[in-house]
Amino acid sequence: MRPVRRRAGGSRDGAASAGGGTAAAPLTPERVWAALAQVEDPEMPVVSIVDLGMVRAVEVDGGAVRVDVTPTFAGCPAFQAIRDAVATRVRGLGATAVTVRRVLSPAWSSDDMSDAARAKLRAFGLAPPDPHGGLLLPALEAPVACPRCGSLDTELTSAFGSALCREIYTCRACREPFERLKPL
Amino acid sequence: MSLDPRLRAALLDRLTAMADDELILGHRDSEWTGHAPILEEDIALANIAQDEIGHALLWLEARRQLDGSDPDVLAYSRPAGAWRNARLLELPRGDWAFTMLRQYLFDVYEAELLTRLKRSSHVPLAEGATKAALEEVFHLRHSSLWLRRLALGTDESRRRLEAALARAWPYLPQLWQPLAGDAELAGAGIVPDLAEVGDAAGGRIATALKELDLQTPDTPPNPGGRERHTEELVTLLIDMQSVTRADPAAESW
Repeated sequence: MRPVRRRAGGSRDGAASAGGGTAAAPLTPERVWAALAQVEDPEMPVVSIVDLGMVRAVEVDGGAVRVDVTPTFAGCPAFQAIRDAVATRVRGLGATAVTVRRVLSPAWSSDDMSDAARAKLRAFGLAPPDPHGGLLLPALEAPVACPRCGSLDTELTSAFGSALCREIYTCRACREPFERLKPL
Repeated sequence: MSLDPRLRAALLDRLTAMADDELILGHRDSEWTGHAPILEEDIALANIAQDEIGHALLWLEARRQLDGSDPDVLAYSRPAGAWRNARLLELPRGDWAFTMLRQYLFDVYEAELLTRLKRSSHVPLAEGATKAALEEVFHLRHSSLWLRRLALGTDESRRRLEAALARAWPYLPQLWQPLAGDAELAGAGIVPDLAEVGDAAGGRIATALKELDLQTPDTPPNPGGRERHTEELVTLLIDMQSVTRADPAAESW
């Protein structure tokens, strides 16, 4: 069973977190989810770890908080930084103890991303993988749209890119190289 | 977690062998970073190396849950005699043909192992196999393409591939040679039957080689279990463990 993913409540971070007085508010899972929605993936600084579907569960017990996070790729070097950022954010809400667990099951899939995350990645110039429903091999053969001009006339240059989660394409229409987040 | 002590000891050995295979191959692959023939391949192999090291961590974390051992200590402070990787993986990286052929052979073996390991009754093994199998899809596609490219490319690429095959072949069966406790683990549904893994992987490799009209070398298997190593492992560890030796308190960044 997959935990329900909660969406962050808009972009009101500045005033709410800097204004003080929020530490007195009771610690709730909703507040923790909202805080996690501000934690970026350092390799894709336009999407949060909640957008990507990496946060699997949040448990609040008094002042103690447990967050279950799953890595996109097992060897992702950004994972430690993400873990530290999660702990810092949650402690900032007034939690007295924070445990960040690395969980592997269910394994992360690119289908766990929200549609909003896909749109943000596209605007960032990184082609998002289309939902594949677990049919990974057909997804690897399907045409990929250029995030700049939208053309489907693109070709795979290399199945490996600047991060474990990416591959390199070239657009034949606008001649631009681009990266795609791997379907997984 | 309430495994009987014999199964627990056998599982520790199996996890160590799997982790060591990944870590040693990952290190050998990483030696190409900055030296590969073209930029895309440099990036690709650096990615593959990092994936393999990530997979080592899956198995070392599973081991930590059993005996509390620290993955960093096992990776960076263990002497050569305590490693349990297969010898094929510690051989020097050689030329590009040897590196890609070795990767292909290991990827086929791993695909056959992981697909069965997903059904393990030991949850960390099943979860780790599910995770790694997804990422390995990209490796096998890549190394299979290189096998074709080298076999059907130029006279030189084919000659180099044939030399790589001759070098790797005696070491291949050791990948799926069972450890002393594997039969018992298989009986408990914790690991698959390694003979079945070997038949499937060996069959797939033989078919691919035949399709490319490559002779299967008839050299006998290099004898000995995973406690036996070449001196190449020693030089590899001198390099891989050098940072820890220089600064035992060094941390990740």
